[in-house]
Amino acid sequence: MAELLEHPKLLKGDSGEWEIVIGLEVHAQVISNAKLFSGAPVAFGAEPNTQVSLVDAAFPGMLPVLNEHCVEQAVLTGLGINGTVNKYSRFDRKNYFYADLPQGYQISQFEHPIVTGGYIDIEPEGEVPKRIGVTRLHVEQDAGKSIHDQHPTQSYIDLNRSGTALMEIVSEPDMRSGEQATAYLSKLRQVLRYLGTCDGNMDQGSMRCDINVSVRHPGDELGTRCEVKNVNSIRFVRQAIEYEARRQIRLIENGGEVVQETRLYDPNKGETRSMRSKEDAHDYRYFPDPDLLPLRLEDEFIERIRAGMPELPDAKRARFVKDYGIADYDAWVMTADQATADFFETVVKGRDAKLATNWITGDYFAYLNREGFDVTNAPIGAEKLGGLVDLISDNTISGRIAKDVFEAMIESGKDAAAIVEEKGLVQITDTGAIEAIIDEVMAKNADKVADYRGGKDKLFGFFVGQVMKATQGKANPALVNQLLKPKLDG
Amino acid sequence: MSGLTDLTIAGARAGLDSGDFSARELAQAHIDAMAQHKALNAFITETPERALADADASDARRAKGESAGPMDGVPIAMKDLFCTEGVRSTAGSHILEPFVPPYESTVSGKLKAGGSVMLGKANLDEFAMGSANITSYFGPVTNPWVAGGGDNRQRVPGGSSGGSAAAVAARIAIAATGTDTGGSIRQPASFCGIVGLKPTYGRCSRWGIVAFASSLDQAGPMTRTVEDAATMLQVMAGHDPKDSTSAPYDTPNFAEKLRAGVKGLKIGVPKEYRVDGMPAEIDRIWHQGADWLRAQGADVVEISLPHTKYALPTYYIIAPAEASSNLARYDGVRYGLRVPGKDLKEMYENTRAEGFGAEVKRRIMIGTYVLSAGYYDAYYLKAQKVRSLILRDFTQAFEQVDAILTPTAPSAAFALGEKQDDPVQMYLNDVFTVPASMAGLPAISVPGGLSDEGLPLGLHLIGKPFDEVTLVQVAQALEEAAGFSARPAGY
Amino acid sequence: MALDQATVARIANLARIKVTDDELQAWATDLSAIITFVEHLDEVNVDGVEPMTGVGDFPLPLRADKVSDGGYAEVVTSNAPEGALGFYTVPKVVE
Repeated sequence: MAELLEHPKLLKGDSGEWEIVIGLEVHAQVISNAKLFSGAPVAFGAEPNTQVSLVDAAFPGMLPVLNEHCVEQAVLTGLGINGTVNKYSRFDRKNYFYADLPQGYQISQFEHPIVTGGYIDIEPEGEVPKRIGVTRLHVEQDAGKSIHDQHPTQSYIDLNRSGTALMEIVSEPDMRSGEQATAYLSKLRQVLRYLGTCDGNMDQGSMRCDINVSVRHPGDELGTRCEVKNVNSIRFVRQAIEYEARRQIRLIENGGEVVQETRLYDPNKGETRSMRSKEDAHDYRYFPDPDLLPLRLEDEFIERIRAGMPELPDAKRARFVKDYGIADYDAWVMTADQATADFFETVVKGRDAKLATNWITGDYFAYLNREGFDVTNAPIGAEKLGGLVDLISDNTISGRIAKDVFEAMIESGKDAAAIVEEKGLVQITDTGAIEAIIDEVMAKNADKVADYRGGKDKLFGFFVGQVMKATQGKANPALVNQLLKPKLDG
Repeated sequence: MSGLTDLTIAGARAGLDSGDFSARELAQAHIDAMAQHKALNAFITETPERALADADASDARRAKGESAGPMDGVPIAMKDLFCTEGVRSTAGSHILEPFVPPYESTVSGKLKAGGSVMLGKANLDEFAMGSANITSYFGPVTNPWVAGGGDNRQRVPGGSSGGSAAAVAARIAIAATGTDTGGSIRQPASFCGIVGLKPTYGRCSRWGIVAFASSLDQAGPMTRTVEDAATMLQVMAGHDPKDSTSAPYDTPNFAEKLRAGVKGLKIGVPKEYRVDGMPAEIDRIWHQGADWLRAQGADVVEISLPHTKYALPTYYIIAPAEASSNLARYDGVRYGLRVPGKDLKEMYENTRAEGFGAEVKRRIMIGTYVLSAGYYDAYYLKAQKVRSLILRDFTQAFEQVDAILTPTAPSAAFALGEKQDDPVQMYLNDVFTVPASMAGLPAISVPGGLSDEGLPLGLHLIGKPFDEVTLVQVAQALEEAAGFSARPAGY
Repeated sequence: MALDQATVARIANLARIKVTDDELQAWATDLSAIITFVEHLDEVNVDGVEPMTGVGDFPLPLRADKVSDGGYAEVVTSNAPEGALGFYTVPKVVE
């Protein structure tokens, strides 16, 4: 395994080496039934403007009323990212005009966010682990959607998403490589999914990421940053960052200056370009929303949410290593998501954890991949897999036979025990029976016995094979080994 | 049946209950008056058919021995700032000229459910921004009052609820809804010789009322008697879960102490309201009011509200700031006027340039400026802090007194065309009403008498938060003492 | 403080209100008068004073997370000046 880098690689330019400085602003759609300030539903993919109330469409005289569950979700997320939940927070209006922003302002939290501080521990690919600071988490409304490709001269406006609750989670500019940004985003998404506060589906837009990128020579002051929007997949993050960093380096090295601006990432071209529509949107004229009073949270409210907080991936991973004695890597795999972790724990409960882990990461994951299932919907669930592991553990079948049994389970959907029973696959552990077979094999292969005894040690494997073959693989391999040796040695 | 248009709510209810006339007859008399006095331009949209249908429904209820409440069958004017389902609601603006709301505001809905008969949508200053009802896209409203002594100049009704005030004063409607942000109920009530009550902020739901300045806007009744104001407020008030700033408190019986008198009550007269250059007739009526209360056994004491003179500048930062944001939704996309442009931005700019009148643009621009980068702290934040001080003044005063007496406005109704060139002069109309608005306090204007020119002058009472009961109690005493019986000639 | 024409142009742009060049000076004069008026507040000492953001002194009400609204696209689009296929339409936006 390659050595992990203490510091990520720097980019080489004509004027020396450059460091990339990255901060992420993640917009995570809160899992809720209704919108942040109205009773309209938040379903994805509905017919245009069907998920819209008069409040969401900003009709005259319409007023916001805050959704309690969205507050709970934000508090839970704040606790999950090790942040401080503020007992006093407030909603502000962020004023700007856009076709899909019906109120002409977005209700957000500017001066007093619901969560401040926090951090996320990441393990970037090829680099040493790192802690990334979270500046703040605040709650805000989403805008609607503008569709530009339906008509030659018009944009179509769908307000279904308008008013949906978002959490904006802002990191410190702590990241120095695309790998770190990717790891941060993945880890954040994992935590949100564990918490059940955001489904993290970037392709549906329920998690979106704006990347602040700047470059500097190591040790210098922070450079001017650009905000890259529309990075709607984790795999584009690295690409967008590297493109943008190289663009800025080229610009500076050619005597230019980076202008603070909003840029759009184009996944087809793999490049960023300036967003004209956001040109003059700098002066948002934030002020406290007079339609809403300050949000004051009681300790009791926060503690109730803390008490209901699920075990998060890092803690779970450590516990798996400690309680089940499995390798850290396996524990990492098993805690990738809540469902896998639950599956794992169901399988290992009262069983040989290492054996169970090998089966899950080996044949079972191969099966899921091949058949297109996941742990929540596969016909062979945790109990069935556990049944198979039990048969191996109690020596009813050998590991080899188990593979056949597993295939038969996939085929028939039957339990492992039933298949073993039906097909008579019970392992032979009777030493007398095995000795009899050994004797028979030795008698049939007297020449080879002589060769073995004449020094051809390697023939031992041949005899094991013959015994297994004679028992259709049902002989306990360990016993075969144990009994064969003295007999061959004479 | 001209007597029908002279009735109070209480009188109308008595007549309806005893069968002297039907709700339909009552409605028709007012519809006729509305037709007769069209020249006042008190209405933007008249709804006579709706009124007759409402009246018929009321008669049908009475025939079955049912009642929808104390305003069942009472013809009213609805300020065109209230969104009314299926009835065009314009806010007096070109930008909402075609707008027909698919919903009913909470307050108008309560009045509807309470059996009142809607005659039409009353004219107002555009988006309730004005003190003379001259900024309406649908033209100015004329005050039914004219001065005596051969001065026949048309007078403004005050604003922004000018159409409502004129309709009630001219006996077109028995009562009307108003909204008050800095004096928009009380100042026109004073100018038109009627009663206007602005309840405590949070008493009436703002849901469905076109917003001007959210932290100040409050709906209230405009009537010809204090008792009617209490009755109408009873129907309009109440907690509304759809408005986060609606107070979650029980609604008292506002008329509970209507005739309890003022004996033993302490009434404050703030010395800072004696502003430089106050006309003698205003000072006179104010003293008169204090004497009336004293004569009835109240203890009238001088109090101090040190930040009074800063209320108006504070208001002209906070209200425009909120308005600049509240009016951003009028963008030509989802409802109302759209004026085409070569791109989205130009469409916005054309729509809003053509859709808004000068005063609305002025306030949007001021509001945008005071919130903009680099100016927020100096203007908006500062104003919020001064607002705290204004509230503190009142809080301290109310440790001493039960209500505060001031004039409603610094003058009687002025002539149409006056004060129009200088916005700041116009803003000074609200100098006495704005402080209570900043503090969210209930306040009422009651006719106190006539000016030297024969125009009505109002007296203004400010109450403790959510203590409209005492406010009404004192107002009733003033009303009785004043015995105001003058009415505009010809109405 | 007097507002200059450039400031008026900047505000008008932020507020999306078309103001032509020959209107700028009139607006500058007009708005300056109001700003001068509100600058009376400079006299007030507000050291240590908390800003007042609203009137209500009760807790912010919260709503249960239940779907109770929406599902009426034809209602929310019924007043639209322009629309197509259930969408609102606006002049094409180039991003």
